[in-house]
Amino acid sequence: MNRKTPIAALVAGLMAAAGVAAQAQTVSDNEVRIGVLTDLSGIYSAIEGPGALLAAQMAVKDFGGKVLGKNIVVTSADTQSKADLSSSKAREMFEKDKVDMIVGNVSTASALAAMEVSEQFKRVAIVTGAASLPITNEKCTPYSIHYVYDTYALSRGTGKAVVDTGKKNWFFVTADYAFGHTLERDTSEVVNASGGKVMGSVKHPINTTDFSSFLAQAQASKADVIGLANAGGDTIGSVKQAAELGIMGSKQTVVPLLMFISDVQALGLKQTAGMNFTVGWYWDYNDSNRKFAERFMKEFKGKAPTSVQAGVYSSTMQYLKAVETTKTDNADAVMKRLKSIEINDGLFKGKIRADGKFEHDMYLLQVKAPNESKGPNDVAKVAKVIAAKDATLPLSQSKCKLVK
Amino acid sequence: MFELLGITPQALTAQLLIGLINGSFYALLSLGLAVIFGLLNVINFTHGAQYMLGAMFAWIGLTQLGGWIGMPEFQLNYFVALILAPLLVGAMSIVIEKTMLKRLYHLDHLYGLLLTFGLALVIEGLFRHWYGALGNSYEVPEVLTGGLRAAGIYLPYYRLWVVALALIVCFATWYFIERTKLGSLLRAGTENPRLLQALGVNVPLIITLTYGAGCALAAFAGVMAAPIYQVTAVMGSNLIIVVFAVVVIGGMGSIAGSILTGLGLGVVEGLTKVFYPQASSVSIFVIMIIVLLIKPAGLFGKVR
Amino acid sequence: MNLSLFQKISIGIFALLLLVPFQNVVYDLFMMKVFCFAIFAASLNLLLGYVGLLSFGHAAFFGSAAYVTAHAMKEWGVTPEIGLLLGVATSAAIGYVFGALAIRRQGIYFAMITLALAQVIYFLATQLPFTNGEDGIQGVPRGQLLGFIDLSSSTAMYLFSLGVFAIAFLLIIRIVNSPFGQVLKSIRENEPRAISLGYDVDRYKLIAFTLSAGLAGLGGALKSLVLQLASLGDVFWHMSGEAVLMTILGGIGTLWGPIAGAAIIVNLQNYLANLGGWSTIATGAIFVICVLAFRRGVVGELAHRLKIKL
Repeated sequence: MNRKTPIAALVAGLMAAAGVAAQAQTVSDNEVRIGVLTDLSGIYSAIEGPGALLAAQMAVKDFGGKVLGKNIVVTSADTQSKADLSSSKAREMFEKDKVDMIVGNVSTASALAAMEVSEQFKRVAIVTGAASLPITNEKCTPYSIHYVYDTYALSRGTGKAVVDTGKKNWFFVTADYAFGHTLERDTSEVVNASGGKVMGSVKHPINTTDFSSFLAQAQASKADVIGLANAGGDTIGSVKQAAELGIMGSKQTVVPLLMFISDVQALGLKQTAGMNFTVGWYWDYNDSNRKFAERFMKEFKGKAPTSVQAGVYSSTMQYLKAVETTKTDNADAVMKRLKSIEINDGLFKGKIRADGKFEHDMYLLQVKAPNESKGPNDVAKVAKVIAAKDATLPLSQSKCKLVK
Repeated sequence: MFELLGITPQALTAQLLIGLINGSFYALLSLGLAVIFGLLNVINFTHGAQYMLGAMFAWIGLTQLGGWIGMPEFQLNYFVALILAPLLVGAMSIVIEKTMLKRLYHLDHLYGLLLTFGLALVIEGLFRHWYGALGNSYEVPEVLTGGLRAAGIYLPYYRLWVVALALIVCFATWYFIERTKLGSLLRAGTENPRLLQALGVNVPLIITLTYGAGCALAAFAGVMAAPIYQVTAVMGSNLIIVVFAVVVIGGMGSIAGSILTGLGLGVVEGLTKVFYPQASSVSIFVIMIIVLLIKPAGLFGKVR
Repeated sequence: MNLSLFQKISIGIFALLLLVPFQNVVYDLFMMKVFCFAIFAASLNLLLGYVGLLSFGHAAFFGSAAYVTAHAMKEWGVTPEIGLLLGVATSAAIGYVFGALAIRRQGIYFAMITLALAQVIYFLATQLPFTNGEDGIQGVPRGQLLGFIDLSSSTAMYLFSLGVFAIAFLLIIRIVNSPFGQVLKSIRENEPRAISLGYDVDRYKLIAFTLSAGLAGLGGALKSLVLQLASLGDVFWHMSGEAVLMTILGGIGTLWGPIAGAAIIVNLQNYLANLGGWSTIATGAIFVICVLAFRRGVVGELAHRLKIKL
């Protein structure tokens, strides 16, 4: 061996290392592509839908339209909240269109289907609209993030707040599918832990038109609280008919465990005044929220963004920042970065955990009375802030495979 | 007090009452469909969309019309809507009949069904596009708010009004078709249109008006439903196959059949909601299977 | 070898389909989806076009096979061909039961019984634990064909789907052109006559119904392998309606009709999906136009103009 070899080896090694580093510093296909996968026309389109697409586009524009010198492209696809459409669209986005990150995914079944595909293709999936806890619990994946809210937060928020006012006996009107069952179960835990009692529950098929029979059973139970463990059209139907049956203003309180400002607007303030519900973000809470909301409203026919749509903006922005910092759109690197930073972007403040759950404060809202409201978006006030650690399932109790 | 399978007699009575209320609504809703099939042999799948149009027009008249014509305070109230909306939908349906449905009478039933199914998709799609999927709220008219306590539950006056009006309209329709001269002309037109035409009766006109009337009945039910159920573009398609089941079980030629079946099914569904609520949606179909196996043309139908 | 025009056209189309994995314009997952729906529509066409029976409940066969195949692949780890067979066997069995109940009724009553029975299957799908309700069965593995051909590769899966589709297509041709098929056609044309000639008409209808159910199941089973997912949408009555639409649009009673109909509808829904509600409106408009002006369907019209059999 002569003296040149170690130097040659060193140089070779350095060049190899540089080569590898150069590899890791690339943006795949010379573009960063973001896919908004959401319900554009179906039952959950008001929560996420076209507003989410707008939010993602705003984030890209605010970021500057380019990252690491490459263009950012935003596309969208309609899942109509159907799992099979979600699965095939996600696959088409990843396989054919080489999308790097999908965001949205409202409706748990659709979210789980998309997460499955994203794990297969090793791309990032950010879930904003879907609710069920299993997304970061039993069904967690290394590439998914659950950004805005989940059934645990709803139960700890609305459930606990109501029980703490002394209303301890509950009766549930539950939609007969996984989400409804999860929400009922999580809230029952809170009720029982606070010394309350679950007097009973009735499970109704999804998309029920007439709730009078179920509500009558709830009335007959004489429980203090009628908890609505359902969503969308079912929640709207139950609230409307509860008002009709004289339950509002009686000794029983109707508590919708999942509601969005879009639902309140569809029902009108007269029927919902005084109701409590929990969200991950509210537009009228502070100045930075209001500023974002005003810009959003200008492009969205004067409608304020829901918590989910704000979540899409914030998460897309965070994704782009992570890509910039790690100098690549490689999913493993980006996920590692996202789970290591403190997020505080004026809209959300908190941290994304190992299981993908974004731990941040939740807000208990109270619907305003018609005479208190100054406009169609002014529907609620923040009654209480629920601290992040109270609103999130402790990691020690998690069944996620990444944390065990 | 004794309990039957965990339900007190008082609670059971309450549920039966609710079932009857819903049943009378089903009866009214199926009336238009039964008239059109019984007299015209046309399977009107657009029924659900026409029901939705009735509710939508009522809502538009109450909340939007003022804005459109520049007089924001102008409102068409519920009672006006009960008459205007069905007339409007009836007129629109007459146009449909004259331009499209007429051409299919000489063909298999199937084509009428498919045409009306396609029209339903178009109408619902348009309204979903314009007004979104979450829909809008329609208020119960002032004079009908409130309710009374009976059998341990609260019975809203509006629902009692629905029952009363539904039963009156059902009876009136049945009487008109089965017991009056004009009704007998209609029935004759179905049995033997050529002979009737030879006798000087304008059969095509009668057919057109009958179709319009059947669709108007659907819209009428829609206006009645608006204050109870959220007014959405898809409210019709959620109910359409239930309504079909009612008409088929009752017997597709029989008006009385669908009225009685509607009432009966409301009660059965109500009972299912108490004892096995998850199955309340499918209970009607189980009954349909059983009935059709025993009585091939439905409970009161005549085999053609 | 003397090939008829029909045979030449068919071979030509299959040759084109073989080229799909080697180009970039048509997405192969998309074509696989078309195959599944083509088989589904063709099964309905067998019943409607050749026997004259309209079923509103075919989604029950499509979906139940999808669920059984998905479950078998995921929980029992069987190979794909066994998975498909299990799915088909399930749908055929359910078809036999439905058929036995429904056959004795005519026209609209037959259609309504099939719809009601399908609603019962839908209800069972929402309640039975193995279907996972709203979430459906997800992450279905594609498995190893015959134990050694890995189907997780897109090209392998595509060729497999094409093969299954070809088999289904040939099977239908065989049924339609056989003596059995001739009896079916005579039942459609004039049932009392067929009875008077001594044929046990109900038995023929039942066999046809069961075959149709089995084929619909093949479409569903294949779909759960292609998309790796079985969900409630597969058993919902809208799915039955879509099959009817595809058959009508393509041309009742033609062999390539349902396939063309499936291709057009799947394409249309994909293209319009991002335009929100326009998909429903367009579907409805197509129904209306087809029924009013285009009753023979795309392929039917083409066959009529060119005076050939398609």
